Amino acid sequence: MSRFRKNDKKETPGINTGSMSDIIFMFLFFFMVITTIREATLFVKIVAPSATEVQKLERKNLVSYIYIGAPMNKATYGTEPRIQLNDQFATVSDIAEFIEKERAARNEADKQFLTTSLKVDKEVKMGLVTDIKQELRKVGAFKINYSTKKGSVVDKK
Amino acid sequence: MAKKPPEVNTGSMADISFLLLTFFLLTSSIDTDLGLSRKLPPMPEDIPPPPIKERNVFVVLVNAYDMLLIEGRPGDINTLRRDAKNFFLNPGNDPKLSEKKLEEIPLIGPYEKSKGIISLQNDRGTSYEMYIKVQNELAAAVNEMRDELSMKKFGVKFADLKDEAQSKAIQKAIPVAISEAEPKDIGGTK
Repeated sequence: MSRFRKNDKKETPGINTGSMSDIIFMFLFFFMVITTIREATLFVKIVAPSATEVQKLERKNLVSYIYIGAPMNKATYGTEPRIQLNDQFATVSDIAEFIEKERAARNEADKQFLTTSLKVDKEVKMGLVTDIKQELRKVGAFKINYSTKKGSVVDKK
Repeated sequence: MAKKPPEVNTGSMADISFLLLTFFLLTSSIDTDLGLSRKLPPMPEDIPPPPIKERNVFVVLVNAYDMLLIEGRPGDINTLRRDAKNFFLNPGNDPKLSEKKLEEIPLIGPYEKSKGIISLQNDRGTSYEMYIKVQNELAAAVNEMRDELSMKKFGVKFADLKDEAQSKAIQKAIPVAISEAEPKDIGGTK
């Protein structure tokens, strides 16, 4: 009789979770490799236009970003497109100072390769963009990059 | 027999790595930076620009309603690329399209280089999307011409050229000549 009851007290063996952490670490490394750290928290809504003839932006440490778009917080800032530099709203007249600061942060040899990436929402009017381009020309930041998505622009037939 | 040392509990290690994983997921973004690279011209000086014959200028105007005017006629974004290519290549030697000059280019040989330039002008009220579309189509026209020439001479596309001298030669034969007019307010804002 007791021969058959013997096993009742034994618990089911625990699952070995030791290798679980290895798997998660693999995930972690995968994500660390394919992603880039976000440069700034966006306060403006940006939907980039699409283009087909895109080039990859090389040497990310030599890129300064200018964001233009309608503010996300409409109640406080309205719907008129605004410029964002680093982590705050700015006006066109702040751009010269911003570029100077960006230049000062790079070493002498790299200064000439500094690129300005314009991340502009597709709804923005060219007037504002032109003002910014004029400002960049004044301070001699000639290399620019219009940030776009990859995609077709013309109607498919 | 000696007593086995107690096992270290590694169950929470997974939790810790999960935490790290979530942290990286939140602070990073996958998007790679793609875009159209351009070089702005220096500020204008008082020297008058060199005279260019009217037939050598491919005028593209974009108004505040995102409508195109190509060479004085209402145009369409879908045909802009073809029009631009036709203007530069000028297969029929049309006197209204760009002039060509036979030039000796290293590695390519004599090539009928176009003297044409593109003049792009937009209004303050033009949408950025339309501006990028136009820029993209014009860039595509240049890239297509370069690809065609490269295929003919070297058998590979321009972007796949390994030899720097070869890509230099192609760039010399077909330069990117997009000139953006000094901004001015035409046509009013929407």
